[in-house]
Order: sequence, then structure tokens, then C-alpha cells
Amino acid sequence: MNSIYQYFRAIWYGFSSLWKGMMLTGHYLVHPKKILTEQYPENRDTLYIPERFQGEVVLPHDENNEHLCTGCTICEMNCPNGSIKIITRQVETPEGKKKKELDEWVYHLGLCTFCGQCIDACPQDAIKMSNAFEHSVYDRKLLTKVLNQPGSKLKSAKK
Amino acid sequence: METKDIKHDEFVINVGPQHPSTHGVLRLELWLDGEDIIDSKPHLGYIHRGIEKMSEALGYKQFIYLTSRMDYLSAHISNQACSLAIEKGLQIEAPARAQVIRVLMAELTRLASHQLWWGALGLDLGAVSPFFYAFREREMILEIFEETCGSRLTMNYITPGGVVNDLHPDFVKKVKKLIEQLKGNLHEYYQLLTGNVILQARTRGVGKLTAEDAVSLGCTGPVARASGVKCDVRKLHPYDGYDKVEFEEVLNDKGDNFARYWLRIEEMKQSIYIIEQLIDNIPEGSYREKLKGVVKLPAGEYYQRVETARGELGVYIVSDGKKEPYRVRFRTPNFSNLNALRPMLKGAKIGDMVSMMATLDLIIPDIDR
Ligand code: SF4
Ligand code: SF4
Repeated sequence: MNSIYQYFRAIWYGFSSLWKGMMLTGHYLVHPKKILTEQYPENRDTLYIPERFQGEVVLPHDENNEHLCTGCTICEMNCPNGSIKIITRQVETPEGKKKKELDEWVYHLGLCTFCGQCIDACPQDAIKMSNAFEHSVYDRKLLTKVLNQPGSKLKSAKK
Repeated sequence: METKDIKHDEFVINVGPQHPSTHGVLRLELWLDGEDIIDSKPHLGYIHRGIEKMSEALGYKQFIYLTSRMDYLSAHISNQACSLAIEKGLQIEAPARAQVIRVLMAELTRLASHQLWWGALGLDLGAVSPFFYAFREREMILEIFEETCGSRLTMNYITPGGVVNDLHPDFVKKVKKLIEQLKGNLHEYYQLLTGNVILQARTRGVGKLTAEDAVSLGCTGPVARASGVKCDVRKLHPYDGYDKVEFEEVLNDKGDNFARYWLRIEEMKQSIYIIEQLIDNIPEGSYREKLKGVVKLPAGEYYQRVETARGELGVYIVSDGKKEPYRVRFRTPNFSNLNALRPMLKGAKIGDMVSMMATLDLIIPDIDR
């Protein structure tokens, strides 16, 4: 007798616990406002991306095509993955002195882990992280970028 | 075990390395007699990246980001462990504000990790919807991380001397909202899974781990605490001001799957309690002590242990005074917790294997490193 009782009790318990779970699902079915699904990529325009999000390294230029990078290679030394290669060139200043200057800021996006250590290490605050995150391309070569724009130069008088 | 004779109706099967019910690339060799498991043997190395060896080639500030990739669900806590070990070597201490931020981040990480575990446990036992409920709150935590640290999973936010950035202005507001929502939604966790007949049948009395086994196999974290072993590093060896907050070390002496399940849910409540104490009392001041560009530790050995979401993580650094560590060694919680699988599986049915692995909460990259 007891085992029959146990048997039906277990069935009852099984059904009631499943019903409880289904109740919750039903609750969300009739409260569509509580649903949080986002329709990416349709919602690209309204997508919320926090401003600190680390998408890729960029070298900001101002309206005169000037940047802040002195070519000191500190970021290159601080990158754990070797994603940065700073190529410098020797130029002669009007006073006749030889000076090192940034030639190409090569950034291998494919090697970067977005750890932010280059940004942290740069003494000039010349580089920062942008929020771009859709990085996929069809050719691996496109992932190697030169960040300084052609003809750009160092912002001379730092405020 | 290779040399063992296979009797007439015994056979060996491999679970994994690419198996939908294991949480990563772990290969389990199971010796079966019908449905009964006679013995088991895990095979490691499928996701070995050589993090310890790589660390020897990188500077002290640089290698920390690699540790986010060991136990990726406790990334903040792994970063914290390394930072603390390096701070020990430099004989400095992070500013008070940084310490509180670290504890807050660590507890948020623990919450996020336990939530993912809870959702994945449902998946393992055949219930898909808990996963989405768990991800609802986890998503909020990740958004908080994203706003303050810049990334969602591998943050590299805690650094020797403090934290990289100050808190985002919205941080306090968002965390309060999260806590409110979590508290309001915790009953859904019970409604959906805890009281569920399938979960009860598959966890109660299954996968027993005795306290002696837990100790002798080196298990830590929720796995050992569910067998009644006191091992919370936050209590035993407080770091970063854990001695100043009040919380309870949750213990259970049953040692079965359900004990581990129950314990993690209770731990979530404790984490919420810790966050509640700290969120209104974040001290003002600097969040970072600027270190030199190239950090050099004096020659010697430094060891730091912390409590990740899965147990005790130990970081052991040997320095010979150069700018790279001479040797870095991680004592990871999952490696030891994996050992618990063998005594648990012995004599069990093969159908219970998945629920045992699920409640052990194994992160395979942490085992292999
Ligand atoms: S970006 Fe900064 S650290 Fe890198 S070379 Fe330029 S100035 Fe130096
Ligand atoms: S974010 Fe990290 S990996 Fe990427 S370039 Fe900077 S230092 Fe290198």
C-alpha cells in the first residue's frame, strides 16, 4: 500500500514541479516587455557600446593631420604579443640636428588580444582604443594596418 | 591502468575530447561493465597553451593578461592573484580604493561564474531554459565589466599596484540595480531548477565525495566545502581586505551533487552580501600606485593564494632579479577538482557521469593551462 502511495506521490511531485517551471515560462510568454533578446545586426544603430570598450588600437589625428606619437617604441616593448611594430626614420631639423621620427605605425590586428597594455604604457597618450568591433575581413593581409595617415606629422607644441 | 586485463564483457569508451556534454576538450577514458563504471582516467593536454612557459618570456606586468585565459570565468581573480604576488615582491600594497574595487570585481566575477555554471548545469541535465535565465543576470554583470574595464571576459583590469582605470561613473548605480534584480529573481532559480523532479533525482545521493577523499585529492572551493572541508582562502588567509567584510563560509557535509548545487546557490547569496556591504563604502583616493615602466622583483620566491569561483588558485613566482620571472607556476583549482571524478565515478552508472562533471564545474583550459 505504502509503495503505491509513494508511486503516485512521485508522479504528482513530478508533474507539479514541471508545472511550476512551465508557469515561469508562461509568465514570460505573456509579458513580452520583459524579454531582453537583441536583434543584432538589425539593431546596429541603437546598439549600446560603452565608451571604454576595447575594440582596436587607433592613433588619433587632429584636423591638421597631426598626431602625438614620437616614435619612442615603448608601446612596442610593452605589447606581449608583438602586435606593434614602430618604424622610425631619421630626419634633419631646420637647426641641422638629426632627429628620430615616426615613419610607420604598423599594427597587426590579427595578433592583438586587446589587453590595453600599449595604451597604458604610452607616455604621450598618443594611442587609444576605438569601439569598432566588426573586424572580420576576407584577406588576412588586411588585418595589418598602418595607423599613421600619409603625410601626417608630430604635433609640435604640446599644450 | 593500460595493462589491466579486460574481462569478457567489459569495454572501454572515450568521452571527448570533442563531446557535446563535456565543457571543453577533456578526454575521459571510461572502463565499463554494462552501464557500471569500473574505472576512469582523464587525459589532458588538448588545450595546453604553455601559459607558464610563456610567462617566463614576458615582463611582470605583461604576463598577467595570460592568466585571464586560464580560468576564463574567474579572469579578475586570476589577475588579482598575480598582482598580489608581484606586490608582495615589491613590498607595496594597493591603495584602499583599489582594494575595494578588486573585491567588488572578484565577487561580481564569482556571481557571473556561478550563474553560468547554473545555466550550464541545466543544459547538461537536459533543460535548456535555465541557461537563458542565468544569462540575463550574467549579461548585466558583463556589461558592468565592459563599462569599467573595457572588455567582457578577459579583462586584464587588475594590475600590480591597483587597477587600470577608475570605476565608471555609473558603476555604483548599475551594481545596485543588479543586486536588486538578482534578489528579485532568485526565486525563479528555485522555481525553475532547484525543485525540479529531474534535477532532484539526478543529484540527490549521486556522486558522493567524502571529506577524506576531498582532502587527500587536494580539492578546494565549492567541491570541498560541499563535503564539509573548510577551505575558503578568503577566510583562512584574507587578502585585499576580505578580513574587513562580513560573510559566511557556506558548508555542507553531504558531499553529493545536490550539496554542491545548493552550496553554489548559497555562495551567490554571500557574494551579494559582500557587494552590498562594500558598494556604499568605496573609499575615495587614488586607484593605482604607478609602478616603473619595467618592473623588477628582487631575487626570491613569492607565493599568493586566492579563492576563485572554483577553489584555491596559487601563484608561485621565482625571481632572479631580472625583468622576466625565472619561473611561474600556477596551482589551479580545477586540476585538483578533476581528481575527485575518479572516486565519484567508481561504481556509478554512466548516465550519472554528466551530472557529476557538471557539479564539479570544471573549466578545462584551467586544467591544462
Ligand atoms: S604610440 Fe606612444 S609609446 Fe608608442 S611609439 Fe608612439 S609615443 Fe611611443
Ligand atoms: S592591446 Fe595589447 S596586444 Fe594589442 S597592440 Fe596593445 S599591447 Fe599589443
